[in-house]
Amino acid sequence: MKVRNTNRNSEDKVELQMTPMIDIVFQLLVFFIMTFKIVTPEGDFNIKMPRDAPSQEMPQDMLVPIVIALKADGEGELTHAVMDDVRISGETTQDIFAQMRQRVRAQVPDAGGPGSAPSEQEVEFDCDFDLKFKYVIDAITAVSGYVDENNQVKKIIEKIKFSRKKEPNS
Amino acid sequence: MRLENKKKGGMAEGDMTPMIDMVFQLIAFFMVLVNFTDAEQNKLIKLPSSELAKPADTPLEKPITLQVTDKGMVLYRGRQVEPVDAEGQLGSVLDTEVSVMQGRGEDHTEATIVIRADGSTKMGVVQKIVGLCQEKGFEKFVFRAKQDTKKG
Repeated sequence: MKVRNTNRNSEDKVELQMTPMIDIVFQLLVFFIMTFKIVTPEGDFNIKMPRDAPSQEMPQDMLVPIVIALKADGEGELTHAVMDDVRISGETTQDIFAQMRQRVRAQVPDAGGPGSAPSEQEVEFDCDFDLKFKYVIDAITAVSGYVDENNQVKKIIEKIKFSRKKEPNS
Repeated sequence: MRLENKKKGGMAEGDMTPMIDMVFQLIAFFMVLVNFTDAEQNKLIKLPSSELAKPADTPLEKPITLQVTDKGMVLYRGRQVEPVDAEGQLGSVLDTEVSVMQGRGEDHTEATIVIRADGSTKMGVVQKIVGLCQEKGFEKFVFRAKQDTKKG
């Protein structure tokens, strides 16, 4: 009887112990799910911020920077922009930035294509103290380049600086 | 006899194969997507988005990330520091950073200050922080924005 029984067992197909493997596999799964975090892609804008005292001898061929003033209301929302003494205003902030880009492109030749050097022209932003940071990023986006119909980024201006700002007396 | 034997020996066992297949799929998926890089991100900060913000091909040289919340609070390495002035906490944090770099024989003017500011932060606050960094001798700055996928 006994002998017969073991014989029968050895005839059965060999069965692996699944439990430890599944234990470990679930452990791994839980670990990876816990450590999983979605990182949104981020990009950087280079800002030229030299020390306060610039060198006295300015090279003669230095281009005069385009000065763009960004004006904010009390809430920090963008109301209008002033570019080279011309007021740019629009229904929406998108309008303002679209006009700003147009004006900049009219003044500055586009870079030939991806990888080619952008213009040497400088832009100086003069922002109101209360202005929200997102409008600054929008403005930098508007002047530094655009995405063309082929989804290629064309650069216009890469040299961006900010005027020093005094804190409002409040 | 035979019947009894069968019942005792074989546990009631479903077919494991599809489940294990799926579980391995899931593990492979999460393994591929997981990244352990401690990208300095903070839930307090909602970065402004920009269509031109493309992830850089090369990592920045010696980045020092300063995160600015909408209230003007500065976070450095997950720690709150008061921005206020050169004598404040941010000033001393930057001083420490400078002396650490000098101790390592590196030039701190080559370090890049990465500003991750919330979209609603006042620009004046950001400029104040930038000004403070300049006082400490930092020269390279980048503003960080999140990539805007929709074309606009």
